[in-house]
Amino acid sequence: MTLSPDLTPLTPRKRAVLVGASSGIGAALARELAHRGYALALLARRAGALDALCREINAAAGDTRAVAYTHDVTDYELIPALFQKLLADLGRIDSVVYAAGVMPTVTFTEYNFDKDKAMVDSQLLGALAWLGQAAALFERMGEGQIVGIASVAGDRGRVLNPGYGAAKAGFVTYLESLRNRLTRRGVNVLTIKPGRVDTEMSRAAGMTRGLYPVGKTAAAIARAMHKRKQVVYIPGWYRFLMLGIIHTPSFIFRRLKF
Amino acid sequence: MSHLNGRHPALPADRLTRVENFGHSIAAPGYVFRPTQPGQVADLFHAARKQGFTIGLRGAGRSYGDAAINRGQAVLDLSRMRRLLAWDPHKGILKVEPGFTIQNLWQSTLEDGWWGPVMPGTMFPTLGGCLSSNIHGKNNWHAGPIGEHVLEFTALLPNGREVTCTPGKNADLFHAMIGGMGLLGVFTSITLQLKKVHSGYLDVRAWAEPNLARILAATDEGKDHDYIVGWVDCTAGGRGLGRGQMHSADYLPEGADPEPAQSLRVEHQALSPNLFGIVPRSIIHQAMKLGFHNPGIWAVNTAKYTLNRTLGHDKRYWQSFVAFNFLLDYVPDWERAYGRGGLIQYQTFLPKAAAAEAWRDMLRLCQRRGLPSYLGVVKRHRPDKFLLSHALDGFSLAMDFKVSDRNRHKLHALTADLTRIALAAGGRFYFAKDSALTAADARAYLGDETIAKFQVLKHKSDPHGILQTDLYRRCFSNE
Repeated sequence: MTLSPDLTPLTPRKRAVLVGASSGIGAALARELAHRGYALALLARRAGALDALCREINAAAGDTRAVAYTHDVTDYELIPALFQKLLADLGRIDSVVYAAGVMPTVTFTEYNFDKDKAMVDSQLLGALAWLGQAAALFERMGEGQIVGIASVAGDRGRVLNPGYGAAKAGFVTYLESLRNRLTRRGVNVLTIKPGRVDTEMSRAAGMTRGLYPVGKTAAAIARAMHKRKQVVYIPGWYRFLMLGIIHTPSFIFRRLKF
Repeated sequence: MSHLNGRHPALPADRLTRVENFGHSIAAPGYVFRPTQPGQVADLFHAARKQGFTIGLRGAGRSYGDAAINRGQAVLDLSRMRRLLAWDPHKGILKVEPGFTIQNLWQSTLEDGWWGPVMPGTMFPTLGGCLSSNIHGKNNWHAGPIGEHVLEFTALLPNGREVTCTPGKNADLFHAMIGGMGLLGVFTSITLQLKKVHSGYLDVRAWAEPNLARILAATDEGKDHDYIVGWVDCTAGGRGLGRGQMHSADYLPEGADPEPAQSLRVEHQALSPNLFGIVPRSIIHQAMKLGFHNPGIWAVNTAKYTLNRTLGHDKRYWQSFVAFNFLLDYVPDWERAYGRGGLIQYQTFLPKAAAAEAWRDMLRLCQRRGLPSYLGVVKRHRPDKFLLSHALDGFSLAMDFKVSDRNRHKLHALTADLTRIALAAGGRFYFAKDSALTAADARAYLGDETIAKFQVLKHKSDPHGILQTDLYRRCFSNE
């Protein structure tokens, strides 16, 4: 299946690659961007969920807006060839969104290297492998947009899930470096820091209260992409909440339980 | 579509580059290869067959549309394959590689008294590109397209064959590869018959005409001049719709120029690097940027026409070949004056009888939509025997449009409407300029039979469909 071509060279459709698109924020963002007219390459491990999402998007658009590629982000060595294939299939890429990542449940007293490694592999190393490809392309093109779905969890080392926080903090710092390298080349790097969003991942981790709707989250990300923002908290008021948390002195923070 | 597969990238990542059209209004990434030897071209064809990628051919990148862009895949830039293989100053026969440019040509041959029989408005295209587009000059009525002056070419086809084509030998391929937009094979050598000249000057006449009907009449009446071209002020409305200025030019007969050896010298032809002796030409386009919006262009066109009508009316003078032919090179990087969004050119070829009415409608439509063409140029044409020919017995009008992020959709709608008017009038189009046609439009003017013939040749010389460009996928996809 191939994406529907542009009407004319003058009026190209925006084209985005979404890594980690089968569920959660990734899937919601795929729907939102397709609704905004984007053509999409959707990547995820779970072929079934991904195909169903593509079918749903294409049926709603009445057009081939989304094409599925089954991929595990920890197959790092496959990524350069796959990126080249995506570029050949799409012809042009305007945005690369990295939304992949697992978050196993970790108890207060648990120190499990396998779980921590799975988080670092998918949240951080996969991002380095994918966004490095994107950065090289966009730098040469002198345009483009990199979007990282990070988390407020990277803002402070909390008691809850050390591996997750560390992976997200690394991701946020990596995105900031990309931003500082690429802004001068005409490339926008957007860091998204969602708070508690209503996704399978959050619910599986036991969060039930105060969850922000995933559809509204996706709409906010799409708006931030359109406005070429730098760092965006979702919901927006989290910026102030996190400001407080970041500046909470350690002697207090050590005693907190979240 | 691509079949790039497997563990390792089929194309070297370090070759990934931004590839643009001449007008900087269309851009796409491509893996750009710039070989110097035909053997390297054969190797790339082999790799493409084996690994399933496509290759778009590119010369100097001077086409206005997407003819030399192959988005996301390989681009074979032939501009470094530019050796002069043979030159006979007695017969005026030149044999070169495809990356040899029009500038290389006149600088190599003019001092021997030979000039390109067909010259485009700029000296920067490669001859491979000129043949692929089958370019024409301001002398199309007289001299036909460049293809009519090709004695022979050799080419490497994607199926691995090397062929020699002349108007008589492999005639089908000869008439299809010339004008074939680089979709059938790569020229490896081109042999051209040049035109004998007896001076480095042309005898030029300039005069103004008050409307489109008069411009077309003058272009037709002037077709027996060696060169005839009209400039059209596309911003003028009402009774002045289509007004402009004509230029005719003729070669000087032997003996008219007392010192031909002087006027034929390269140094004598070259434009001075400064305007009025002080302003460097290289910075003019920066200043032009300030005036490149609708009101600015209206003022410039009006002022130019007024000057043409008064001080410049009915002037006769000698002008160097370079100054007359390569008007577009007068301001280096002029296309940058259009700003960030760049420009497109939209050129239609209309039969003699239908042209005036259709273009009046088109000019009015552009003005009504608030998208006037910033530059209009009229030429006289005649039909030729090439398969994908743009020519016919009639006129062409080329119009340049500014592109911006805000007007892209409006501009697309406008060109679609202009195409409808042109097709209804029996019009034709020119792939080297085009960025607006759909496959259905291309079929409408080329005809089913021509497209079928082209596809047969394409399938024979390129059975795996290796040679592709954005233009090919746009205009030759199966609708």
